[in-house]
Amino acid sequence: MSILQVSDVRKSYGGIQALAGCTMTFEEGAINGLIGPNGSGKTTLFNVISGYETADAGRVTLRGKDITNARADQVFALGLGRTFQITRIFPRLTVLENLHVATQRRGFVGQLRSWKSGAERSRAMEVLDFVGLTPLAEEPAGGLSYGQQKLLEFAFITVAKPSVMLLDEPAGGVNPTLLRGLADRIRSLNNEGITFVIVEHDMEFVMGLCDRVLVMHQGCALTAGAPAEVRANPDVLEAYLGSDMREAG
Amino acid sequence: MTAIDVTPKGAAAPEHIPYEPPRQIRWTSTGLLLAFLAVFPLLFPNPAVTSIAVITMIFLVAAIGWNIFSGYSGYISIGHAAYYGIGQYTVALLALHAKVPAGWDTFGLLPVAGLVSAVAAVPIGFVVLRVRRHTFIILTVAVMFILQLLAFNLVSWTNGSGGLEMSFPTWQGSYFNEPFYYVGLVAAIVACAASWWVRRSKYGLGLLSIRDDEDRARGLGINATRTKLIAYAISAFFVGVAGGLYAPFIGSVYPQFGFDPTFDLAIAVLVFVGGIGTLSGPVIGALLLIPLQQYFYLQFGNANLYLIAYGVLFILILRLLPAGIAPSVTQLWRRALIARRRAAARSPAVPALAGQSPAGQSPAGQSPAAQSPAGGLPGAPPATAAVPHAGGDEVAR
Repeated sequence: MSILQVSDVRKSYGGIQALAGCTMTFEEGAINGLIGPNGSGKTTLFNVISGYETADAGRVTLRGKDITNARADQVFALGLGRTFQITRIFPRLTVLENLHVATQRRGFVGQLRSWKSGAERSRAMEVLDFVGLTPLAEEPAGGLSYGQQKLLEFAFITVAKPSVMLLDEPAGGVNPTLLRGLADRIRSLNNEGITFVIVEHDMEFVMGLCDRVLVMHQGCALTAGAPAEVRANPDVLEAYLGSDMREAG
Repeated sequence: MTAIDVTPKGAAAPEHIPYEPPRQIRWTSTGLLLAFLAVFPLLFPNPAVTSIAVITMIFLVAAIGWNIFSGYSGYISIGHAAYYGIGQYTVALLALHAKVPAGWDTFGLLPVAGLVSAVAAVPIGFVVLRVRRHTFIILTVAVMFILQLLAFNLVSWTNGSGGLEMSFPTWQGSYFNEPFYYVGLVAAIVACAASWWVRRSKYGLGLLSIRDDEDRARGLGINATRTKLIAYAISAFFVGVAGGLYAPFIGSVYPQFGFDPTFDLAIAVLVFVGGIGTLSGPVIGALLLIPLQQYFYLQFGNANLYLIAYGVLFILILRLLPAGIAPSVTQLWRRALIARRRAAARSPAVPALAGQSPAGQSPAGQSPAAQSPAGGLPGAPPATAAVPHAGGDEVAR
């Protein structure tokens, strides 16, 4: 059953067509990998889905609800969170404050109360503890290393308990030890029912982690299937994964 | 499944060095300052001095209000004189047309002046907050000049360049300034309380996240338009109250003084010097610079030398304390604290802390300072943080 559906989405920047009628479906409860060469439209698709950019045409639905061109805050409130290829945290806030920005509160009174109050703090500390950033909780987030910022960004999406998480190159700049921990965390959250869509160039990471891999090329979906199928697909190997993967395969 | 470990092998959690002085120091200094301000007119009853004190209170209220929006959201407004003018005209017009007697009754109009300013800020904010950075600054200035032009041209309401004259209160003589001073002090305390609440609330955290990365904040569920607009209106409220206090104190309202571009520059300078985006920055800036400016004016006003003296002081502060007074002092305090702990750690009497990481155990891809908040030093973060923190009164930028 699909949780996120993209139908004939188009997006152009001047003369460059980043998405040229992209149609794809992401399965609920799966770890979906989204791969393709640079410029194939993966990040643009993320931007359109998550409300950071508007589509020129097409439709995006989340659990059957039309979220095409909805605002980013509305999309997040519906349970879809994302991370960025180049981390985007709040550098002048502390690590703990960063997490609390993402916690969702309803109502006027909730906004008036201190951000430190409620069960949110224990939840934030729990997530922070899991990503190993507890000792840095009171430090300005801008002082963290790039890998730690990646973890922080992952953490503050996690704390909001979204139903779908879009991760844009989570492995970029993260050392192998952290990467194994991150993969464990993704699997753990996936077992709790969270659907993942992961854009990643680290093929070992994608093929080892994802249940299903979707391939993009020139702004369109090319193929989708189990990692082994995609890996074995000669067109994909030739056109998108490059010679390294062919040799590795 | 195990948690991700980002600390070096064998390293204990390093001790956190706080970014602001302990609570008791902050509360004590606040209490002492409040007590001093409460007895100030008794200690210095000279009308020339209390007159400066009233102007200081008015600017203090306005500076705290301005900081609630511009300091916390990062949107620098150079058009808040619009609300200063609206506050002045609201009080003057109500006093004249509703026949509000001059004196204590006029002070009852201050919340109305604030509310009218806040209500006016909603449609204005809705337009100007659609843009960011330089464009936003230009738009705020433009709105202020449009309102000034309206004040000049809506003669039937404002009497144009002839201005509006207000009756002076019934109390006179040596004690003329004191009621204005104490009303201003109460308004400043309310403004401070509002600023403190914004800083610690969930709403305020959203505002601070907008300052750092607005688009990212939107992507985490923050309704940025609404958040900014509320802060803009709160800010306009306090600037309107300041204007509402200024009009009866001076006894007249004129377009060029109500909607005065130099007011905005003065407010921005006060807050930058004190420490933008902090709770105490506007307080320090206003309490330090306004009396100095008024003093220079009284001493050297005839030849406008006061502007040169004021400018030199401003340059000196920015040169020596570029982050503003409050953040710089906090930084100095933190450095002193770190130096003391370093000295204690080096002392043979004190056993080495467990947090010291052995050399050469750096996880790949991380700088030593990033692996541990101690920055390689047991129990102590780096003396100069790469990114200053904006919380409380600590470094804002």
